[in-house]
Amino acid sequence: MKIKSNLAVSDSGFIFNPSNGDSFSTNTVGSDIIRLLKAGNSFDSIKKEIVEKYEVDEILFEKDFHDFVSQLQDYYLVSND
Amino acid sequence: MSTEKLKYERPAIRKMNTGLMNKFGTRTEYAPFTHIDGVSVKELISNYGSPCFVISERTIRRTYQNAVRAFKTRYPKVQFAWSYKTNYLDAVCNVFHQEGSWAEVVSIFEYSKAIANGVPGNKILFNGPEKTKADMTVAIENGSYIHIDHFDELYDLIEVTTELKKTAKVAIRVNMDTGVYPMWDRFGFNYESGQAWNAINKIMASEYLDFVGLHCHIGTFMLTPSAYGVAASKLSDLAVNIKYVYNKAIQYLDLGGGFPSANTLRGSYLPGSDVIPTIDEFAEIITSTILNYGYKKEELPLLILETGRALIDDAGYLLGSVIANKRLSDGRRATIMDFGVNILFTAFWYEHKITPAQEFSTHTEDMVLYGPLCMNIDVVRQSVTLPALNKGDHVVVHKVGAYNMTQWMQFIAMRPKVVLIDTNGNHHVIRENETVDTLKEMERLPEHLSAFNL
Repeated sequence: MKIKSNLAVSDSGFIFNPSNGDSFSTNTVGSDIIRLLKAGNSFDSIKKEIVEKYEVDEILFEKDFHDFVSQLQDYYLVSND
Repeated sequence: MSTEKLKYERPAIRKMNTGLMNKFGTRTEYAPFTHIDGVSVKELISNYGSPCFVISERTIRRTYQNAVRAFKTRYPKVQFAWSYKTNYLDAVCNVFHQEGSWAEVVSIFEYSKAIANGVPGNKILFNGPEKTKADMTVAIENGSYIHIDHFDELYDLIEVTTELKKTAKVAIRVNMDTGVYPMWDRFGFNYESGQAWNAINKIMASEYLDFVGLHCHIGTFMLTPSAYGVAASKLSDLAVNIKYVYNKAIQYLDLGGGFPSANTLRGSYLPGSDVIPTIDEFAEIITSTILNYGYKKEELPLLILETGRALIDDAGYLLGSVIANKRLSDGRRATIMDFGVNILFTAFWYEHKITPAQEFSTHTEDMVLYGPLCMNIDVVRQSVTLPALNKGDHVVVHKVGAYNMTQWMQFIAMRPKVVLIDTNGNHHVIRENETVDTLKEMERLPEHLSAFNL
């Protein structure tokens, strides 16, 4: 699973999908995840980075991560290649 | 060197819908609600558990004093009577009694609570459609005001007073068309059909009934002050006729209650705070109608108000916590709280304002808020826009002082503690939480069902 490579992601969490014109806003943790996914990081390395940066334990983050990714899929922001 | 970690918020994403107007706006909460009367929500939950109800004594007194001011500055003789059914926790009732409120009760249970609280019998108004002959006897002996609801009760009362050879102080409840529909005609005697007048004639002909007042209660959560003008006018018409026919001046007009709180009714286009009339608007129409009706100055009746909801709703808070987050099949966020319709009965009527009790970011999500019950009806908010809430986060539900602590159900879960914050910021448990023992205490197990083998 990868974030679509043509997505534009700003530092403030604004996301633009040029293929269909949809735009989105995310919170800071959300935009960190998108940035890390876009850079090709695996789930484990994303988890490591987020848990080091924020006050969150691995279990909570894992639950939230999978929920977040399901939303990205709903919005067609990930490609399965 | 250790680096301090950043506060975590659940990752969230929202699609931007440019060009689509939302008449309700997007966000409702801009700041966390961390303290009630200076006491930290976190501290309250840590001391008393989650969920728990919290009542602000300061808000009760301030709201009450404002209502009294609205009426007393416009009319010379005003008396409030605390509506027990709205919240009959002793501590709450006694705040109102300390402020000068009489008691308004609708059952012998409430009557007994008022007596136990120390309210003198002659400062209790006994309303409601169910009063047994034994209940009437107690009320007569105590000199309470009995508000007759129907003819069967009237005939019972004549029988009881004749047997006792004691006089009962009575009023009748009158229902009427005030222009607000559906009309509340199930309680009392109808004005337009002449039923109320028939009841009055019957009372005036009874040896042991002293007819002292006229009562009405035209509805609940009334948004139209003018309806109270109609009610005051129709009651005054009866009073003036009684004076004309029987040469008897009525001692009081009881306009009941029904004034709204600032809660938002389900389906309402605008928030409650934007649509409800102020207490001054109700006071103005009621008092000016009575003052202009043509009573002689010395015969101006005492004006009694039994308002409940408008005096207590604002003072009540429900503190709760997030049990879990999940996503529904259609992608909607669902958040499960540790309180549901079992203790927040008013969730059936209101879109309650709910505020997180800790810091949050500007990102919000549309979500449905469920209670903890394993029952499909347990929905606290069908749709609400709130910041991302984590498991264990606390929230505050506002304006829950009316009816919840009387209509709550012991269903699936047990009822929580109720805490009062006094005017000095000290907190007191005013009702303990239920335990399994509390509930089992009332059960009896027949001997043959006491054992089994599985």
